[in-house]
Order: sequence, then structure tokens, then C-alpha cells
Amino acid sequence: MARVLVGVKRVIDYAVKVRVKPEKNGVVTQGVKHSMNPFDEIAVEEAVKLKEKKLAGEIVAVSVGPTQSQEVIRTALAMGADRGIHVEVPAAEYELLQPVHVSKILAKLALEEKADLVILGKQAIDDDANQTAQMTAAVLDWPQATFCNKVEKTDAGLTIVREIDGGLETIKTKTPAVLSADLRLNTPRYATLPNIMKAKKKPLKKVTPKDLGVDTTPRIEIISVEDPPVRQAGAVVADVDALVAKLKEGGHV
Amino acid sequence: MFKLNNYGTRKLVLDVCKNRLYSASAAVAPKTKAKQEPKRENESFMANIFRGSLVTKQVFPYPDVLSDEQKETVGGMLDPFQRFFTDVNNPARNDENSVIDPETLKALWELGGMGIQVPSEYGGLGMNNTQYARLCQIVGAHDLGLGITLGAHQSIGFKGILLYGTPEQKQKYLPKVASEETYAAFALTEPSSGSDANSIRCRAVKSADGTHFILNGSKIWISNGGLANVLTVFAQTEQVDKKTGEKKDKVTAFIVERGFGGVTSGPPEKKMGIKASNTTEVYFEDVKIPIENVLGEEGQGFKVAVNILNNGRFGMGATLSGTMKKCIEIATNHANNRVQFGQKIKNFGTIQDKLAQMSILQYATESMAFMISQNMDSESQDYHLETAISKIYSSECAWHVCDEAIQILGGMGFMKEPGLERVMRDLRIFRIFEGTNEVLRLFVALSGIQFAGNHLKELQRAFRNPASNLGFIFREASKRASSSVGLGGTDLSSFVVPELKEYAKNAAVCIDLFGRTTEAVLMKYNKNIINEQLVLNHLANAAIDIYAMIATLSRSSRAAQLNLPTAEHELNLTKALALQASERVIQHLKKASSGQLQTEKKMITAIATKIFDEEGVHSTGPIELN
Repeated sequence: MARVLVGVKRVIDYAVKVRVKPEKNGVVTQGVKHSMNPFDEIAVEEAVKLKEKKLAGEIVAVSVGPTQSQEVIRTALAMGADRGIHVEVPAAEYELLQPVHVSKILAKLALEEKADLVILGKQAIDDDANQTAQMTAAVLDWPQATFCNKVEKTDAGLTIVREIDGGLETIKTKTPAVLSADLRLNTPRYATLPNIMKAKKKPLKKVTPKDLGVDTTPRIEIISVEDPPVRQAGAVVADVDALVAKLKEGGHV
Repeated sequence: MFKLNNYGTRKLVLDVCKNRLYSASAAVAPKTKAKQEPKRENESFMANIFRGSLVTKQVFPYPDVLSDEQKETVGGMLDPFQRFFTDVNNPARNDENSVIDPETLKALWELGGMGIQVPSEYGGLGMNNTQYARLCQIVGAHDLGLGITLGAHQSIGFKGILLYGTPEQKQKYLPKVASEETYAAFALTEPSSGSDANSIRCRAVKSADGTHFILNGSKIWISNGGLANVLTVFAQTEQVDKKTGEKKDKVTAFIVERGFGGVTSGPPEKKMGIKASNTTEVYFEDVKIPIENVLGEEGQGFKVAVNILNNGRFGMGATLSGTMKKCIEIATNHANNRVQFGQKIKNFGTIQDKLAQMSILQYATESMAFMISQNMDSESQDYHLETAISKIYSSECAWHVCDEAIQILGGMGFMKEPGLERVMRDLRIFRIFEGTNEVLRLFVALSGIQFAGNHLKELQRAFRNPASNLGFIFREASKRASSSVGLGGTDLSSFVVPELKEYAKNAAVCIDLFGRTTEAVLMKYNKNIINEQLVLNHLANAAIDIYAMIATLSRSSRAAQLNLPTAEHELNLTKALALQASERVIQHLKKASSGQLQTEKKMITAIATKIFDEEGVHSTGPIELN
């Protein structure tokens, strides 16, 4: 196969303690460490592996978002992607951008770039939507293989092991197809520092949703963003009877 | 960035003082000076306050040298670099085994961590000093032992080739040491030559046909000594004075490959800390060094050594600011959770005070380190006083911060598990190597005094013939009236944000008193000042605290101007430091010029003399059973 498109989203780093803005209309992002969505790292790694096995010729990394999204494209390039496409959406507009928009953008790019495979992370750790891969496949009317645990090339196309509740499922699919990477698909490599330097020289194209003919008008309105409830202090009970009494009192049994 | 070694700063300073500051032959009238090539003004803030003038170019506003692209480049490296330390490297294991396992070292090479400042055309990352400093912070936070391996290699091991190498030398060696798993080391120290680096005994003799040198001798405490295939070695060589024909021994620097034959190394030394790093003796027996491997000019090796060390020293402040940050994190975490007397210990004033003090020291150390690295990146030549100050300050603050972190953890801190005891052992060497803090204090005080002294002499000479030097005198007078010591006119208020004006005054008062005190002790002791080490130490201590105040006033003003979310906190750190440091500075300066110091000195000399004579404590036991 010739070309793989991977989606990379810039999200608040997994190790950061997320804080809600005082206005309760979102979370604090200014001055907060961001990095590539961990599932997208797995997607990039899988694409790079395919290239190393000579099953892929070129890897194109795509990110949709404000200017800073280019950071994660650079990371993907340092990991082994060949070129990048930044679909610029201004920060204010980006807050209301949804999988329905992103999937249309990715689908359009997949066709424009003549991609044979689109690999995405199964979900982003910020909005946890888990929709983009499925919607992209739908827009393209391509087969989809979500929650990939293993991807192998076979004569007809790909043999894919999927993570499902309580076990694994093996399926076959033709290409072109859309895959979504699950946690155990691989262990992403670290970008080495020399490769980060080399990545700076790799091409990075900038487009807008308008260029692609995708309407990004918001479909939602954020009413309120709340902190999760603070855990109530516990209490030590004297014995089992007291415990049962307490549980009954709380209506738990 | 570090070597297990000191160098002859004292010798250097004393030599320079003897030859230049106080010899009559150095007298050059200001008038004739103008005829020589225009003298470059010394831009060092610290050097200038010794003579009472305020030269703020290096310190206000806080430098900001990285372009957006440079910032983004190093920004993108932080994560992968950090991940190496959290996912691959294991500092406790390195410490336990007294060695870094080959897989970890291989990963470090693959990561590109061994050629950070080598230009990209030679296979390195081409980072400038400030970008390197940012990466050093990560090293310091995780593993100082590995940091030595990394620093002995690139901060001093092959730094000479970067600074002084010919194009051929660079082409031959830099790709190897940047990315081809060839370790470098810096070999200066010998058993009889520690702080006094000019006294080395290794000797290289030029062959009759002039094509090579034959090197003999040995070096001790060489970091990476057992690993290195490329060594920067310093040895005595016979040099003939071109004018007089006189033969004299002078140090020359060489690039020596282990493959030349005759290079061997001893077993790894057993050390208190930084155990992960490899420290050995290195022996040279009839090593044949081709003439093209002379580094820099023949006979200029001492200068090469000093410049390599001066150039590498800035990294220590950055590294240790990372270490301190980590110590503070561990201590905070404990204080946030530990319950005693029915409450979290973070509620106790003592714990709050400790952590606040630790943060102040960390902030100042970091502010100094990045001020200097950025000064260096903007091609400043005058950073030697500041790097020496930063080395002293960072090594002592880090020691204190780690010690307090252990204290906050109590018994737990003494255990191996939290890792602080290893950090404490690792930190101890930082006050010793790369110039002991004692030698560097003298260096700071004496270089500053030398600078001030030269200037005073010029002024005195000008007064001898005021008619022909009127211009010079007037210029000087106006400088002193507006922004200089002696008259108490220092005003820093225009350099800081309004909230800090009052605190900048504290620093200004110190600077005024500092210039006056320097002048006073110079008048009092004249050239004998070089023998007044107690006075010099007080001056140095005052200088160090002044630089800490300036660096933080400047950095937090920038933070406030940029409206950074942390600005208020940074202003508080700065204010607290200004209050505390100015008090210390005034104490030191009063002491430096007080009569009491001389009374004390008499006692101290008497006590010390007795101890030396008796080879130890000389008092009768309280119950007279010695």
C-alpha cells in the first residue's frame, strides 16, 4: 500500500491536573503542558511500523486545531511520518469543534491525498468522544476496524485483531479502510533528539476547513463545565453491624 | 558540564594581580590608552559594581535570546528527553551498581543526548547554551551521576575541540563524539596539581623532525577516564621565547586518542556519590601524538583549559536548579500528606518556612543560570565572574535544599527509598570540583578588585596631571554622581516593575556600600589585599547575594510585564530574597571593613597555628582525661 494518513490531536498532557475555568465554560489551557494524544501516538507508531515493513510508502500526519497543533505534527514527523498537514481552526472556534467536523475534514484529506489507510487513535483523552474514526469511515463509506490490537497484512487486505469486551475479535478487511488504535496495539517509540531536528526540515502544509469545503459551524453550545464532585470524607465503623446499619441508612443495601 | 577536578584560579588571579594590577610597569596613562586600539568596555555587571559603576546591559531587562523557532525546537525535545530519564534510566540502580548499564548508555546515544551543542553539520543537535541549560535541568532533576557522564563528555571532554579545534580536527572528531558512541574526557588534574593547574607534571616532548610529540605522565580523577577514546590532555611542553630565545615550560593542550597506544586507565574509583559516572586514573606512556593534534596554540594550554571550564560552568547552575526543583517536589508531596499531632505538617509554620526558603533559593539559582547562559548566547565575553558566582551559589543552595528536604521527610528522608540520600551524596562533589568554592570566592573577589584597582589607578594617574586629563576626570565624575558608589546614588527603580521599586532600593543600597567597601579595603590593604582571605571572602559573599537579588528582580519584573500566571508568586520570591539577602550583604560588608575582623583574624591565626603544630585539637578534656 502506498499512503497512510494518521490523525494527531494536541491535548492537555495526561499528567496535568486539569482545572476548570472560573467562568465554568471550559478548562484552563493557558500555560498548561500539552502533548500528543496518547492513542494518536500509538496510531503514528503503527504507521511507522508499516513503513518499516515496507507495507506503507508514505505517512502523512494531520492535525486539526490552532497554530500550536503544529507541535504534535512535528512530533509525528520526528517519530517517522514523512510530511504534515495542519488544518488551522482558530482557538475560539476550536473549542466547539466536534468529531462530526473533524471526520469530514479527515475524509476529504484522505481522498485528496489518495490515502489507502487512515489510522486514528481510538479516542482523545480530553473529550473522550471515541467517534472520529467511525464517522470518518462512514463519510468515506470505507470499512472500519476499531480498537485495533494487532494489524497484519494479508493477501486480500488486512487481518485485524480487535479489543472487545472480555476478549479479542479477529476480522479481515479490504483497503482502503479506517483503523482506530487501542492501547495495546504497540508501544510508541520516543522521538530522538536528532530526529526532532530532522523533522524541522520535513514539509508541513497549512490548509483551512474552508479550503477543504468543510463547514465547521458549531453544532453544540457549552452550557457549563463542572469539576467532578469532591470525594466525601469516610468514617471508621466499629463492627460489621454498624457497617450494615450505615449502608442501610444510606440506602445502599 | 563537570569534571572531578579544580583548576588554578587562585594561581591565575594571583599571577594576574602581581603582574598587572600592582606592578609599576603596567602604568599606562589614560591619554596614551586612547592611541591604542579602542579598549572594549567590560560588560560584566558584577565586575563593574566593584568599581562603583552600574553597567546594566547584561542584567536589565532579563535577557530573552531564544527565537520562537529555537524555543519550539528545545520545547519539543523536553518530553523525549524527560522520558529517557523516567522510562529508561534508573538512577538508584546506577548508584547501586556504580555503573550505568550498556543498554541505558546506548539509549542515551540513540536519543542524541551526547552531542547536544555540536553543530548539526557534525552530527550534533546544534543547541545554544540556553537550550542546553534547559535540557540540563532535566538531567539534574533525575540523575546527577549520569549527568557527570554526559557533562564530562560534552561540557568539558570535547568542548576544547568545539572552541579551539581546527576545521580538520572538528571534521575528524566531532562526528564521532556527537553520535558515534565515542566517549570524550578532559584530563587536567594530577596528584600534585589540583587547584593549581599550572603545576602539572605530564610532559610532551616534540620529536626532532617536529612531526609529533611524545607524551608521558599520569592524570587522576578523570571522569569517563575508563570509557573515553578521545581525551583533551594538558601537558608541559618546552617553549622558546621568540624574542629572547629563552626556554620555558608552558602547558599545551592535545587531543589524544586511546588508539595512539600507550594510553591506559586504572580501575573505577570508589566514590561518595555520582557513582554512576566512571572516574579513573589515566596513564600515558610514550604516547605518540601527531603534531596536528595540538589543540589551540602550543604553550597556550592553560588558557585553553581555563576557557573550557569557564565555558562549561554555566551548565551547573541550570542542572542544580533542576535538582532543587525535584527535591522541593518530593518534600512538598510529603508535607501535603504527612499527618502529625492531628494535622497535616504543611500547616506548621516551620515547614512552611523551610519550603518557602527552598523555593527562593531555587528561583534565584535558576534566574542566575539562565541570565548567564543567555548573556553567553548574545556573544558576551564577560561572564566569568558571574559563572563563578553561579557555580558557588548553585552548589551551596542545592546542598541546603536537599538537606532541608530530607529534614522535612524526617526518618523517611534518611531511607534510600525516596532517593534524597543519593542526591545528597551526589551533590557533595559540586562544591569541590570545577574549581572549589573557596578558590572561586577568591577568584570573584580578586578579579573584581583587580578590575576596580586598575580603574582607580587610572583615575589617580589622571589626577596627577589634571590639566591634560580633564575630559577623563569629568566623565568619571559625572558617572559617579549619577550612577555610582561613593556618593550613594545607585538607582535601580527604572529597571523593575512598580511593585518591586522598594525592594530594588535594598539592592541599590547594597551596591553602593559594596563599591565603597571595595574602595576602602583597597585603600587600606593596597596590594596586600591578596593575603586578606577573610576580607575577600566577605566581599565575595556580598557579591554573590547582590547578584542573586539582581537576577531575581530582573526575572520577576519580566514575569510581571508579560503577565505570566505565576508573576505574583515570583514577585513574592523576589521580595523575600531582597529582604533577606540585603541584610546579609550589609553584614558581610561591614565585617569586611571592620576592625573587629582583624582582631578575630589574630585569634584565628593563633588557633590555626596551634592546631597545625599539634596536628589536631589542642584542649584539655573537660574531665582532664585526654
